[in-house]
Amino acid sequence: MPGRAGDPADGRYIPRVKRSTRRYLVQGTLYVVFVLVVLFVVLSADWERIQPYFFNPEIAASLFPDIVLTAAKNTVIYTLIAFVGGVLLGLVLALMKLSPVLPYRWLATGFIELFRGLPALLVIFAFAFAVPIALEWRPPGGSTGAGLIGLIIVSSAYIAETIRAGIEAVPKGQTEAARSLGLNPLWTMITVVLPQAFRIITPPLTNELVIIIKDTSLLFIVGMALDQRELTTFARDALSSTASATPLVVAALLYLVITLPLTQLVAKLERHNKRGR
Amino acid sequence: MAHPVTGSTTAPVAVPAIEVRELCKTYGSNDVLKGIDFHVDQGEVVCVIGPSGSGKSTLLRCVNRLEEPTSGVIMVEGIDITDSETDLDAIRTRIGIVFQQFNLFPHLTVLQNLTLAQRRAKKRGKREAAEIARRNLEKVGLAEKADAFPAQLSGGQQQRVAIARALSMDPDMMLFDEPTSALDPELVGDVLGVMKQLASEGMTMMVVTHEMGFAREVGDRVVFMDGGVVVEQGVPEDVLGDPQHERTQSFLSKVL
Repeated sequence: MPGRAGDPADGRYIPRVKRSTRRYLVQGTLYVVFVLVVLFVVLSADWERIQPYFFNPEIAASLFPDIVLTAAKNTVIYTLIAFVGGVLLGLVLALMKLSPVLPYRWLATGFIELFRGLPALLVIFAFAFAVPIALEWRPPGGSTGAGLIGLIIVSSAYIAETIRAGIEAVPKGQTEAARSLGLNPLWTMITVVLPQAFRIITPPLTNELVIIIKDTSLLFIVGMALDQRELTTFARDALSSTASATPLVVAALLYLVITLPLTQLVAKLERHNKRGR
Repeated sequence: MAHPVTGSTTAPVAVPAIEVRELCKTYGSNDVLKGIDFHVDQGEVVCVIGPSGSGKSTLLRCVNRLEEPTSGVIMVEGIDITDSETDLDAIRTRIGIVFQQFNLFPHLTVLQNLTLAQRRAKKRGKREAAEIARRNLEKVGLAEKADAFPAQLSGGQQQRVAIARALSMDPDMMLFDEPTSALDPELVGDVLGVMKQLASEGMTMMVVTHEMGFAREVGDRVVFMDGGVVVEQGVPEDVLGDPQHERTQSFLSKVL
């Protein structure tokens, strides 16, 4: 049984090693284990076989420039559409959820709980194929547009909760000051509450943006025309035509090029916010 | 009226600025205000004192319906503000409120803090609103801070900006809710100085405060509240110097 420090009964069983020496020994052991594991992986893997399959320079080169000019560009465009749409719809849902009118609250709560509870892939699939047939609706942008609407709806459900939390985090005194100056509820919301709420939720909202970037890969399900393809669809098609995993690796790197700066930004904003409080 | 006003220095005016009758306010089973009769005449400075929890801030907040009264009548310049037909936003532009916690808008500059409601609620033009804002900033001694953000100001400066913000709406009266309670002691004087100046210009004022010196020097009338009722009121010399009621005596012996 590990004894507490300073417990005299302990001293008898532990060899007379200085506390600091013991700490160095433990840390040193951890480093040695790490080096051994790395060496094992590097030496045991057959790099001659793995390298051409995962990173074939010729295949990688053949992907450019289309993988950037079409696929990465489309990923960014779909992300922006889904994010802007998600924030706008999420704002409406958040305001409905805070509304004094009970049916609005019910409606918003039902919407949010439904689409947070469903897999995004299923919603996108439904909007791309089931909804257009059932409603005889021709979605703008074809099935890609319909899939995007599904993505907007899913993300809006999450963003709505973020925005609601942000609005509720604005001190009540701000609303009271605005109302006591004669500002009506609408102007109070627009000019006083929302600007502060969005400042508060910038880090979680940026996180939502990163999630949407990754979720645009789910749009592969709708089946895209060549010039509509985003990174994952593009890489998947290249995977089957080249019989190499290289396109996946290149696509993965391009995702990281987009998401890593954003996650760094989130971390920076969170540090900044902490200081500001 | 239940409490005769003894020796008020202001001339009687037909319509009081604020008139409260039998005001009750209940939170659940907690009676905060138990039938308050209270008034402020035009041009009068009324200081409301009392222990914390006595209901004095709630009374002030009821006057522009930041709190919904449970029952009773509240008239502002003869208009019943508890009537659902009353345009509350319009009435509120005539009542300036200064809060304990300043409540400046942190995302706006000082000047924008002062012009926002002028433009949206009073529909003033950009230039006119800025002009009025700068005049009021000058009045509170902060003309050079127009482009600063609230976080860059000291507490005393923030509170003076809050006063200037309320004044920029050209209110008929100013309500102060413990305006110096959140301030470091050395900053209290500047804020009280601005309030004194306002009083000397004839502004109608209702001041909930713990500053007995201010109440004595500036107040036309002092109202002592305890336990949700008005216990005693009158000119400052009488209420603060020679309190008649036992509760007033015990409170004053603790704070003076």
